[in-house]
Amino acid sequence: MTRDTRGLRRALLHLVLAVVAALYLSPLVYMVSTSFKTREGAGSTDPQWIPDPFTTDAYREILGSADSPILTWFVNSLIAATGHAALVLVTAAPAAYALARLRFRGRNTIFTVVVATLFVPPVVLLIPTFLIVNELAWVDSLPAVIVPAAAGAFGVFFLRQFFLTLPGELEEAAELDGCNRWQIFTSVALPLARPALVTLFLLSFLTNWNDFLWPIYVLLSPESLTLPAGLGNFQGANNIRYDLLMAGAVIASLPVIALYLVAQRWVIEGISRSGLKG
Amino acid sequence: MSLLTRQKSPSGAAEPAAPAGAARRMRRWTPYAFLAPYLTLFAVFMVLPIGFGFWTSLHEWDINLPAKPFVGPENYTDLFDPASVDGGRFWTAMRATAIFTLFSVPLLIVLPLLVALLMNGRFRGRNLYRAVYFAPYVLGVAVVGFLWRFLLDGNIGLVNHYLGLDVQWTTDEPPVWIALVGVTVWWTLGLNAVIFLAGLQDIPRELHEAAMVDGASAWRRFLAVTLPGLRPVTVFVVNATILASANMFGQSYLITAGAPADRTKTAIYLIAETGLRHFDMGTASAMSFILAAFLMAASALVFGAFRDRSRR
Repeated sequence: MTRDTRGLRRALLHLVLAVVAALYLSPLVYMVSTSFKTREGAGSTDPQWIPDPFTTDAYREILGSADSPILTWFVNSLIAATGHAALVLVTAAPAAYALARLRFRGRNTIFTVVVATLFVPPVVLLIPTFLIVNELAWVDSLPAVIVPAAAGAFGVFFLRQFFLTLPGELEEAAELDGCNRWQIFTSVALPLARPALVTLFLLSFLTNWNDFLWPIYVLLSPESLTLPAGLGNFQGANNIRYDLLMAGAVIASLPVIALYLVAQRWVIEGISRSGLKG
Repeated sequence: MSLLTRQKSPSGAAEPAAPAGAARRMRRWTPYAFLAPYLTLFAVFMVLPIGFGFWTSLHEWDINLPAKPFVGPENYTDLFDPASVDGGRFWTAMRATAIFTLFSVPLLIVLPLLVALLMNGRFRGRNLYRAVYFAPYVLGVAVVGFLWRFLLDGNIGLVNHYLGLDVQWTTDEPPVWIALVGVTVWWTLGLNAVIFLAGLQDIPRELHEAAMVDGASAWRRFLAVTLPGLRPVTVFVVNATILASANMFGQSYLITAGAPADRTKTAIYLIAETGLRHFDMGTASAMSFILAAFLMAASALVFGAFRDRSRR
């Protein structure tokens, strides 16, 4: 009796979750489908889930267009996101390690000040960061989208939580072996922290790849844009070509979807965990 | 980076014969060397901008003009005068931000919590569902914005087609809000759901079991065990969601472009446009500090509200 009702409830739960999941993904399916339509097909009032005729014209047109060098944007985005994520790791990891494992004067003050900036609404940074980037002559170049955001406290905060949980014995053993702090950090702490480092790299990469507001204002010339900022230009045209737009959207989604498929668990667990502790 | 490598070589070289005093001095400076690269970034791109932004807001500041006269609080008083051009624009934008936040935040709390509760059992495919609901969030706002601009198109959009409607989702005033809120829920629901789910899984099973032994109904257990157990996560999610909603930019920029008549142009959209398109950086900075004051007040309210309840 109870087993029957439980089975029924379980089936119902699956039905609800599956239907909602299908609905949830359908916009993405339609995006991909539209990117393989002709110009007329994409503008048709009858929804067509399987393109007929099926064509790669939109991709060919968007990749061959001179005023929207989408391959350049793609490479720019790749450089920016990789560079940003690497910079976050290289700066945040030693800082987080020091704040978690070393004793020194001013540690609590530094940590408090750094963490306090997590509560500063980022909007107040927008205009002055632009002015500073302008002073550095970085406007319209990739450092503008790589460097400033690496000052955020999240990476330090996130890695510090991880370093705090490491057992002290391994470090003590390394110290007895005559390792200095830097050697202990690179050969003991960093390898143990690999999961946290990978997660932070992925989150930083995704955030940077998807960033929109900052690059559309700080990058100006067509050849220095990142992919989302470049696509933003398409919007300006009066006659929106949805086939091109969807092809561009698919190209912009590919790397993050690929990363997500490969590292889905790390991404989700990293985000949900950082949420809990934030 | 260079600081770190510099740190490494002398200590490595001087290792065996180093006098005790030198070693101790090295140890004293080591933590600061570890911190130096990050703190440099932190100083230039976090501390400096906060101060510099406020300084800018006290000036008539155009990046292209050599003269940047000090005007004191004038940018602020101007914004608080609804009759001024900037003031009028600013409060229209603040209104747009407020409407969007008020309608999106409750949905972005309740729906993700429901999804998390549904997925909190152990059953086949749970991780698959979790991955599906989270998937839209890994796409950037550019992709999401363009995709929905297409689906919400008044003439050829799928939304009108399947709902049998003839609504201009991107240009008419009540529908634009439904569109902006709906798209945002679709985009970020999974984020809050996985955070709630992690919170649910941190609630000790024994608490539920004990309540069950006491004969508590499912609803009673939800109220007495689940909700209190989720309090810390909820404070975080509510706060983060308010901040995210109040910073909504891309959806407006890409889907409505502020239409109709700038009524969906959010505060951050106006700030970016004023400061980074029209280069009126003094006014834009003043706007950003007023918006920040509202956001910090909202955070304080959230913390206050949740603290009061736990005391009772």
